[in-house]
Amino acid sequence: MIGTGLRAFFALAIAIGFGFVGPAQAGATFDKVKQAGTLVCGVNPGLAGFGQPDNQGNYKGLDIDVCKAIAAALFGDPGKVKYVPLTAQQRFTALQSGEIDILSRNTTWTLQRDTELGLNFGPVVYYDGQGFIAPKKLNVKSAKELNGATICVQPGTTTELNLADYFRANKMTFKPLVIEKLDEVVAAYFSGRCDVYTTDRSGLASTRIARAQNPDDHVILPEVISKEPLAPVVRQGDDQWNDVVRWVVYALIEAEEVGITAKNIDEKLKSEDPGIKRMLGVTPGTGKSLGLDDKWAYNAIKAVGNYGEIFERHVGKDSPLKLDRGINALWTQGGLMYAVPIR
Amino acid sequence: MARDTAAAESRPKRPPPWHDPAVRAVVFQILFVAAIVALGAFLVHNTLLNLRRQNIATGFGFLEREAAFEIGESLIPYSPADSYAAAFLVGLTNTLYVAALGIVLATILGALMGLARLSGNWLIRKLAQIYVEIFRNIPLALQLFFWWGVLRWSAPAPGRAWQPLPDVFVSNRGIVFPMPEAHAVHSWLLLALLAGIAAACGLARWARQRQARTGQIFPSGWFGLALIVGLPLAAFVAGGAPLRFEVPALRGFNFVGGGVFSPEFAALLVGLVIYTGAFIAEIVRAGILAVSAGQSEAAMALGLTPWQRMRLILLPQALRVIIPPMTSQYLNLTKNSSLAVIIGFPDLVSIANTTINQTGQAIEGIAMIMAVYLAISLSISLSMNLYNRAVALVER
Repeated sequence: MIGTGLRAFFALAIAIGFGFVGPAQAGATFDKVKQAGTLVCGVNPGLAGFGQPDNQGNYKGLDIDVCKAIAAALFGDPGKVKYVPLTAQQRFTALQSGEIDILSRNTTWTLQRDTELGLNFGPVVYYDGQGFIAPKKLNVKSAKELNGATICVQPGTTTELNLADYFRANKMTFKPLVIEKLDEVVAAYFSGRCDVYTTDRSGLASTRIARAQNPDDHVILPEVISKEPLAPVVRQGDDQWNDVVRWVVYALIEAEEVGITAKNIDEKLKSEDPGIKRMLGVTPGTGKSLGLDDKWAYNAIKAVGNYGEIFERHVGKDSPLKLDRGINALWTQGGLMYAVPIR
Repeated sequence: MARDTAAAESRPKRPPPWHDPAVRAVVFQILFVAAIVALGAFLVHNTLLNLRRQNIATGFGFLEREAAFEIGESLIPYSPADSYAAAFLVGLTNTLYVAALGIVLATILGALMGLARLSGNWLIRKLAQIYVEIFRNIPLALQLFFWWGVLRWSAPAPGRAWQPLPDVFVSNRGIVFPMPEAHAVHSWLLLALLAGIAAACGLARWARQRQARTGQIFPSGWFGLALIVGLPLAAFVAGGAPLRFEVPALRGFNFVGGGVFSPEFAALLVGLVIYTGAFIAEIVRAGILAVSAGQSEAAMALGLTPWQRMRLILLPQALRVIIPPMTSQYLNLTKNSSLAVIIGFPDLVSIANTTINQTGQAIEGIAMIMAVYLAISLSISLSMNLYNRAVALVER
C-alpha cells in the first residue's frame, strides 16, 4: 500500500520494460481506439462539475463531455467510453503507460509536463486560476493575510508549486498538509486541521457547494495566484490522435460561435452558410483529413451540445456550481475561447 | 607407494564433464546467473529505449533542480528553494525519526503487555489479551485513520488550545511544547554522555572479570548509571548551567517557537507503536513461556533474588527465542511507516511521490524509495543479527 501511485507505476514499468511497441508511430492510438471500439478516458474520481459519478454511477461533467464528444466523433456514439478514475498522482503514468487513451481530468498545461513527461496538450477547455477557500469565522479577507497558516493541498499538482511560489514571493511562511485523496484532504480542511484549502477556483467552488455542510460558512478569497489552463492530454508523438482531440474540441467551441446547439443542429444541416456546411459534413472533406467520418463534428455536437451548453450544464448557471463564464466566454464576448478555422 | 597406486586405479575413472555432477552444478549456476543478468540488462535497456521513444526524461539529474514545494515538518532546515535531493533527505530523516521512536516505544509497550499477559492478576491478564487481540487484528491503515481522526476532531483550534501544563498547548495543530534553546555547552553534554556510557561499559567489564576471579560482587549497574547521568550533569553545571527555553506562543494562525508533535506524526507514531506492540507482546510472551519452569525453580532453589532470576536465568534464554521474530517486527514497523502517506505525514514515500509527480520520473523515484527501504531494512537486520549472535546459545 505504498501510495496509490504504485499501481500506475507498475503498469508503466511493465509497459515500458517489456513493451516493444512504443506509441511513437503516428496513428498508434488512433488505430487502437478505432479497433477497440471504445475510448479509454482518464477522469477525475470526484470533482463536481468536471468529473464525478452521479448516484447511478454515470460520470458527469465538463471533462466527461470532452470524452463523450470524441467518442461520438469517432464512433457516432457518445456512450462508447470507458472511464478510468485517476488521482492527481496516477494520471500521467496512466497515460504514459497506455492504460488510457486520453486524459481529460482538469489538468494544467505547463512547459515541464509538455516536454519532460512526453505529453501533448489539446486546446484549453477551461481557463482556471488557483485560489483559497477559508472558513468565514476565520475572518480572512485576503490571501496576503495568510502568513503562518496551515494549508491543505493535494500532491502532484501545479497547485502545490504555485502555493510555495506565492508565499515565497510575498515573503510569508506556511505549513502544507499534503494528502493525495481528495476526500481526505477536504475532510482535513473541514475538520479545521488546516486554516485554508487551496486548489483551482473551479475546484474550490465545487468543494464548497458539494461538500461543505453549509456553503455559506466558507468564502473563496479574492486572489487568483496562478494561471491554470485545463486541457485534455495525449501522448507525444501521436499526431493523428492529437489532431482528432484538438479538432473535436475546436468544433465544440466553433459551434457555440456560429449558434449550433444540440437542439437546432438538424435544422442547421440545411443552412446555406458554407462554413457550417463544411463543419457539419454537408460539404464533405474535413472528415477525410482527420481519418474520420464526415459527420464527426455533427455527431460530437449532437451528443453533448456546443461548448457554451456544456459549460452552463455542468459548471455554469444550470449547475449547482453557478460559475460565471468569465474568461471562458467566447472571444467575441471578451473571453478567451477561440476556435481556429475549421476548413 | 604401491598401495597408493592401487587405490588410485581402483577409484572409478573421472566421468566426462557433462556427466560430472560437480561440473554440472557449477555450469548450471553460471547459466542461471547469466540468464538473470541478461534479463535485467534487457529490461533496463528496453526501458530506456522506450522512455526515449516516448520523450520521457530519464536520469537522476532532476535531483539537483529546485524542488519548489514546501514540506510541512522537517528535522533539518529546508525551504522550497532547496533541491529535490534536499527534499528527499527531509523525507528520509522523517522516516528514520518515526521508525526509530516507533521501535523503541513498541518494544517497551510490547514487553510490558507480554509480561502482563503472563501476570497472575486476572484483570491485568485479560486486559492485555483484549489489547493484543483487538489491535493485532485491525488493519493498520484503518487504525491510522482512526487515530488521525480522533486527534483532528477532538482537539480544539489553536485559539482555544488546551494547556495541560504551563507552556504546553494541545490543539488540532499538534502538541506544542517549550524547547531548550541551543547553546555551545550542549554539544559538550553529548560528549559527556558518550564518555559516561563508555566508562559504564568499562566498569561493568571490570566488575565481571573481578567477580569471575574473586567471586565478589560489585554493584556495577548503580555505579554505571551514576556515571551516565552524573558526567553530563557535571559538564552542564561546569558550563554554567545555560538553560533557556524557547516558549511557544500563539501568533496569528498558529503557535510559533518550541517543539511540536503534529497530529499526523502523533497518529502515525501511536498507530505504529500500538499495532506493532501487540505483535511484540505475543513474541515476548512466547519467549518467556519457552523457558522451562524447571529453570525458574532451579534458580529459586539456588536462592537467587527475583531480579537475578529474571536477568541471569530467564531473560538470556528467552531472548534466544525472542530476537529473531522481533527483527521481523522492527522491519515491519519501519516499512509500515510508509503508510504515513495516507494521513499526510511527509515521510520518504510522501515526498518521493510528490517528486515523482512534479518531475515525471517515476522509475527513478521508485528505485530510490526501494533502495532506501532496502538499506534501512538491511541495517536493522544486520544489527539485530549481531545482537542475536551475542545472545545465542554458545555451544562448546
